[in-house]
Amino acid sequence: MLGILRDLLRHNREFATGAALLAVVVAMSALSFFSPYPPDTIYIVPPDLPPSATYWMGTTSRGQDTFWQLTFAIRNTLLFGVSVALLSRIFSLVIGLLSGYLGGAVDRLLMSLNDTFVVIPLFPILVLFYFVMRDSMSWAMLALLMACLGWAYDARLIRSIVMSLRTREFTEHSVFSGMTTRQIVTQEHLPYVMPIVFSTALNNMNWSIGFEVTLSVLGFTNINTPTIGVMIYWANQHTALVAGIWWWILFPVVLVIITFIGFFLLAVSMNEFIDPRSRLSRMKGASA
Amino acid sequence: MTTATLQPMAASGDPTAAPTRAAPVVEVQNLKAYYQVSHYGVVREVRAVDDISLRIEPGEIYGLAGESSSGKTTLIKVIAAATRPPLNVVGGTVRFRFGGETVDLYGGAPPDLQALRWKSFSYIMQGSMNVLNPVRRIRHSFVDFAFRHLGQPMPQFMKAVGAHLERLHLRPGVLDAYPHELSGGMRQRVTIALATVCRPEFIIADEPTTALDVVVQKGVLAMIREVQLELGSSLLFVTHDMAVHANLCDRLGIMYAGRLVEEGVTARVFREPRHPYTRHLIASLPRIGDTKPREGLKGVPPSLADPPQGCRFHPRCPLAMPVCSERVPPMMPLAHGQGRVACFAATPEAIGKDAG
Amino acid sequence: MSPPLLEVDAVGKSYSMGGLLAREQVRAVHEVSFTLESGRPEIFTIIGESGSGKTTLARMILHSVPPTDGQVRFRGRDLATVRRRRDRLAFMKEVQPIFQNPFEAFNPLKRVDRYLFLTARRFVGAAGRRASEAAADEALRKVGLSLAEVKGRFPHELSGGQLQRAAVARALISKPALIVADEPVSMVDASLRVAIVNLFTRLRDDLGVSTIYITHDLATAYYISDRIIIMQKGRVVESGPAREVLAAPRHPYSIQLKNAVLSPDAAGSDAALRAALPADEDAEVAMTG
Repeated sequence: MLGILRDLLRHNREFATGAALLAVVVAMSALSFFSPYPPDTIYIVPPDLPPSATYWMGTTSRGQDTFWQLTFAIRNTLLFGVSVALLSRIFSLVIGLLSGYLGGAVDRLLMSLNDTFVVIPLFPILVLFYFVMRDSMSWAMLALLMACLGWAYDARLIRSIVMSLRTREFTEHSVFSGMTTRQIVTQEHLPYVMPIVFSTALNNMNWSIGFEVTLSVLGFTNINTPTIGVMIYWANQHTALVAGIWWWILFPVVLVIITFIGFFLLAVSMNEFIDPRSRLSRMKGASA
Repeated sequence: MTTATLQPMAASGDPTAAPTRAAPVVEVQNLKAYYQVSHYGVVREVRAVDDISLRIEPGEIYGLAGESSSGKTTLIKVIAAATRPPLNVVGGTVRFRFGGETVDLYGGAPPDLQALRWKSFSYIMQGSMNVLNPVRRIRHSFVDFAFRHLGQPMPQFMKAVGAHLERLHLRPGVLDAYPHELSGGMRQRVTIALATVCRPEFIIADEPTTALDVVVQKGVLAMIREVQLELGSSLLFVTHDMAVHANLCDRLGIMYAGRLVEEGVTARVFREPRHPYTRHLIASLPRIGDTKPREGLKGVPPSLADPPQGCRFHPRCPLAMPVCSERVPPMMPLAHGQGRVACFAATPEAIGKDAG
Repeated sequence: MSPPLLEVDAVGKSYSMGGLLAREQVRAVHEVSFTLESGRPEIFTIIGESGSGKTTLARMILHSVPPTDGQVRFRGRDLATVRRRRDRLAFMKEVQPIFQNPFEAFNPLKRVDRYLFLTARRFVGAAGRRASEAAADEALRKVGLSLAEVKGRFPHELSGGQLQRAAVARALISKPALIVADEPVSMVDASLRVAIVNLFTRLRDDLGVSTIYITHDLATAYYISDRIIIMQKGRVVESGPAREVLAAPRHPYSIQLKNAVLSPDAAGSDAALRAALPADEDAEVAMTG
C-alpha cells in the first residue's frame, strides 16, 4: 500500500500536485492549534485592516484576524468533510457488500431503500431539517445527516462489483476451499472494492464540503463555529465586497478552491490505482 | 453431404505442391518485435518475436503453430501492420508483393495501409462478434468494410456481395439479419465472407475456429479452404490446434518462445518431425483408436521477458547439449526441400557454423 | 454392500425465462441417470458441445445448483438434504471441482498458496503453518509441482499449465473420493494436456479416486475414459464403455461428432475438409441447436 503511494507520488504528476496542495491545506488547519486568538470571540483586533506585516490576511469587520480565523475555518470544514466521508463509506460498504453477495430478497429490499435515498432531493431536505431543528442543529448532527444521504450512489457501485465477483470462478474455488461467506466477502472481494471506496471517499469529501459551504453561506448552519462557509456568510452579512474588504472573502475562497482541486486531483489520479488490471501489470513489472 | 467439386476461379496452380520459385507474397526477414514497457520506473522488454524469417508463397496455406506465450499472436500483429506502442518493431523487415508491387511495411516511408487493408490483405479474427457491429444488420458491416475498396455504386456493390455470399453457400438473406440472430458458426462464416469479398491476395486467420463446437468447426474450416482455393489467395493460418494444421495447411511453421524452430511441408512435419519440441508436440496428440500412454513435457514455457540463453528450448529438451545453452541454433535447410529446422541436435553441421 | 458413490437419478433442470407476463421454460438438462459405484474407481466421461447441459449437470453434482427434477444422491444421501454448514463441509471434503479456466481459478490479487493452505486447514485439520505446508506440498508433488515453485507466487507469475495443476492439487488436498472436472484441459497447451489427463488415470489407479471428466474433446476422452455418456441438448443420447462407444457410435449425433473430429493422421491432405462441403447450415443448426 505504502509502496503504491510512493510510486504514485514519484511518477504521477497529478497525484503529486494534489498531494502538495492538500499538504498546504492540512498545514493551515494544523496551525489553528497555535492560534493566539480563540475562534469565537469577536472584536479582539482592530477591524477592517488590509493585509500587512502584522496581520497577514488583514482583519475582518467583526474584529478578528482573518488568517487565524481561516485556520480554524479550514480545520472545521476538513473535519466535517472527513467525518461525512467516513460515515457514508461505512454505510455504502455494508449495504453494497451485503446486497451484492447475498442477492435475492435481501438485495431487492436494500436496493429499494437505496433508490429511495438516491432520489431524495438533498438541498430542500437539509434546509427543512434546519428549519425544524434550528439552534439544536449541531455540526455532528449535520454530518450524520449528510452521511445518511450520501451513501446511495456508491452502494450500488460496490454492489455491482461484488455481483460480478460472485460469479467468477475463484469465488467458487473459495467456497470449495471451505471459506465462510464472511471470509469470502472480506478477504476475496474487499480488495477489489477498497480502491473504489477510497476514490469515492475523496469525491464524497468534495461533495460534503461543497454542501457545507452552500448551507453556511445561506445561514442554515450553526454560524457561531467558524468554517469556510460561515466566514463567507459573515462577510456577506457585513457586505464586505461592497465595503471594499476583499480580503475577507478572497482568502477563504482561494483556500477552499485549493482544497477542492487537491481532492479532485487525488481522486482522478487514483484511477490507475483503482483498476485491478493496472495494479496487476504493475506487479508484473515489479516482479519481472 | 455430397462431395462438391471445387472450381478455382483463379488458376494459380496446385497449392499442395512444393513452393514455387515465384516471388513470395509475404517475406519476413530477421524480424524482431518487442514490447517495451516502462511502468513506474521499472523497464521491461518482452522479446515476443525474436529474429524470425519466413516466406509465404502465392496460393499456399501456411500454418503457424505454437502454444501460449510462443509469440505467434505478436507475429501476426506485426505482419498485419497492427502494432501500437508498447509493441515496437526493433529490427528486420516485412515485405508484401501485391499485384507485382512490393510494399515494405517497416523500412522507409510508411505505406498507405488504408488502400491495402481489406483489398490486398485481410484478417479473419477469432471472435466474430469482434467484427460484426451488434446493433446493425450484417449488410452494414459489408458496406463499412468493403464499399470503399470495390469502387462501385451501391446497387452494383450489393449485387456483388450477394453473388459472393452465394458462391460461399450462404443465403443472401443473411444480409438482413442482426448478428445475434445467427448461430456462432454462421457468424464466423459471415466474417469469412466479409474478409474475402474484396478478393484479397493475402489473408491472415487468427484462431478462427477455436471457440466453435467441433461439428461447426469442420464446416467453417471447409469454407475457408474453399474460399482460399477459389481466390487463389495465400493464407496465414494461426492456431495451436495441430489437428487443424494437419488437415488444412500446405506448409507448417512451429514457433516456440518467440522463435521459429521448424518449418516444412505439413505431411513431412507430421511424419518426421526433426526438432525435439515438434516431435513431442506431435507424439503427445491423442487420437481416437490409440490408447498408447503418452508423456507430458517437463518444465514450463519460458518467460519472454527473461528467456534462457542460447536455444530457448534447451531447459526442457531431452537432447540438450552444452552448445545449446551457449549459442542460438540457426535455421538450417534440410535435405531435399524438406524444410528448415533450428536445432543443433537435428543439424549438427550448424555447430561448426558461425552463430547467425 | 455400501451405497453407490454417486447416483444421478432422472435428474433434470429447467429455467424459466422471460418477464412477468410471458414466461417460458427452458430445459437445460432432461432425465439424466447414471451411477458410480464405490469401491470401483473409474473415469466417467461426459461428452457434449456447448448447450448440451454438461456444465449444468456438473453444477448439480457439485451441489451448487439444485435440480428441478430427480435426485442426486451421494453415498446414498439426497443432496437436497445437505443444507447445514457442517453437512456441506463434509460433502465438499469428498467431492471437489476442477474448472476450465486456470487463469480464473485463483484470485488475481492474492497468492496462490493461500488457497492450498486454507483447504488444508479446513478439511484436513492441519493446525499451524508447518502442517498446512506439508499437506500442500504433498498434494503439489502428486501433480508434478512442489511448494517451493508455488510458494508466495501470484497467479500472473505462473503459466496456465502450472495454475491448472495447482488447482488440481488444491482439489486433492482433502483426499476426495470424487473429482468433477469440467473441461480441465481445454485451455491448457497441448504439450501439458497429456500430463494433466495422465494424472486422472494415476489418481484412479493409485489412490482410488473417481473422476467425472467433462469435455468436448473426443480424442482425450478416448485416451483415458472407462465409461462415457454423450449429451445433446440436455439429454443423454448414447452411453456405454468408452472405447466401444467411440470406436463404433450408433446414435446419429454421436456419429456426426466422431466424423467432425479432425485427425492428425490425415496430415497434408485436405480430403476431410473437402468432404465436408457444401456445409449444410440447417442440418448443423438442427444437430447442435
